[in-house]
Amino acid sequence: MLDLKGYEWSLVEGAWITLQVALLSLVLAMILGMLGALAKLSPYRWARAIATLYTTVIRGIPDLVLMMLIFFGGQMLLNDSLYNINEWLNNYFTSSDPNHEWTEYLPDYIEISPFVAGILTIGFIFGAYMAETFRGAILSVDKGELEAGKAYGMSSFLSFYRILLPQMIRHALPGFGNNWLVLLKTTALVSIIGLDDMVRKGALAAGTTQMPFTFYMTVAVIFLIFTSFSTSALKWVERKFSIHTR
Amino acid sequence: MDFSILIESWPLYLEGFYTTVWMVFVALVFGLLIAVPIGIARNSKLPVVFGPAWAFIYFFRGTPLLIQLYLIYYGLSQLIVVQGTLWQEAWFCALFAFVLNTAAYTAEIIRGAINSMPKGEIEAAKAYGMSTPQAFRRVILPSSLRRALPAYSNEVIFMVHGSAVAGIVTIVDLTGAARIVNSRYYAPFESFLFAGICYMMLTFVIIWGFRKLEGHWMKHLRPLS
Repeated sequence: MLDLKGYEWSLVEGAWITLQVALLSLVLAMILGMLGALAKLSPYRWARAIATLYTTVIRGIPDLVLMMLIFFGGQMLLNDSLYNINEWLNNYFTSSDPNHEWTEYLPDYIEISPFVAGILTIGFIFGAYMAETFRGAILSVDKGELEAGKAYGMSSFLSFYRILLPQMIRHALPGFGNNWLVLLKTTALVSIIGLDDMVRKGALAAGTTQMPFTFYMTVAVIFLIFTSFSTSALKWVERKFSIHTR
Repeated sequence: MDFSILIESWPLYLEGFYTTVWMVFVALVFGLLIAVPIGIARNSKLPVVFGPAWAFIYFFRGTPLLIQLYLIYYGLSQLIVVQGTLWQEAWFCALFAFVLNTAAYTAEIIRGAINSMPKGEIEAAKAYGMSTPQAFRRVILPSSLRRALPAYSNEVIFMVHGSAVAGIVTIVDLTGAARIVNSRYYAPFESFLFAGICYMMLTFVIIWGFRKLEGHWMKHLRPLS
């Protein structure tokens, strides 16, 4: 019935890359989100200002535009500054020693791979969404319990690890699940900056076999499998973390 | 960084801005129109009625908008003859994909709002002898559509951001304009940054507008004091 003309493995490989990008950027997003949430709730005004700027700007710009900005623009900015630093160092040494030969102190050109750029961009974008989710979760933890932790003489790290974290996970799970589902679907966009993910493999197969509907539908179904699996896994975890509140 | 290229290319951005705004607006209007019946059907007890609505919502919320766009823009030619029809036009395919996508998300929002209706209001409508269509028209829809407003404002912003994929299939929306400017001057930072700023302004205007609407339509839900 479904004849993929020998492109099955290519699609599976692509699906694996899509999963890798999604999971690695999720890790980055969680780290950035936690830092953002803590900064938003911190007593320092500059930390709050930076975190607010981060979440507002990221949530105001489409992920596709941000991705192109970081992938194309970031690469150019990086290499321009590398070049300028090299020039500056060489000028400095030439001025002190006229016989100095031009040398590359820093690599003159670094090519960012679409894989790394995709993970960095998606992680950076969803860090902003995670920050909002985590902030809400931290706020919903009873303040008295944190004070009790302090009264027991726990350090701030210990009370974070023992009291805040286990309780905020329960409050953060629904928002976290939503963010993960959106993140998973956003990974489709990395095909545009040239990563060989599932979407691009599907597009290549569609082009050579002249069966675009078949291949895009297959990709869509794989995405559906991923999202359905995530939804049921999240439900299970949510039930596990709210056992004591039932 | 050299922002002087914007002086030469702003008409292109203006065109792109206009395209983005009208595509999103039309998609939202049609999407809302078909989302209401789908959201109601999703709540039905008859499998023939809620089954298709469930499948529609499940598919369009579970797959990326980019894939949906590719399916319609590239995929349809495998199934039907697209030559000489509207399906050949990139803007029509993109609009169609946007309408279906936002309809699925909005239907889910409406379903949630209907489910969270205070039971007493529906019972009161029944006690007044209203038929089901009457109760929907007079009580359930006005109340639940208002309460859906905050969630819907998020969906509108997601639609604005999602519409950026139109720039991939040759449409000159804001993203498409930025891509053209980038390839013309090779200035990725300036071109995409400016497009991003335009999107951000649009987002802020929408947030502001919805806040006004909520103040107007949800006055009766505001807490006292």
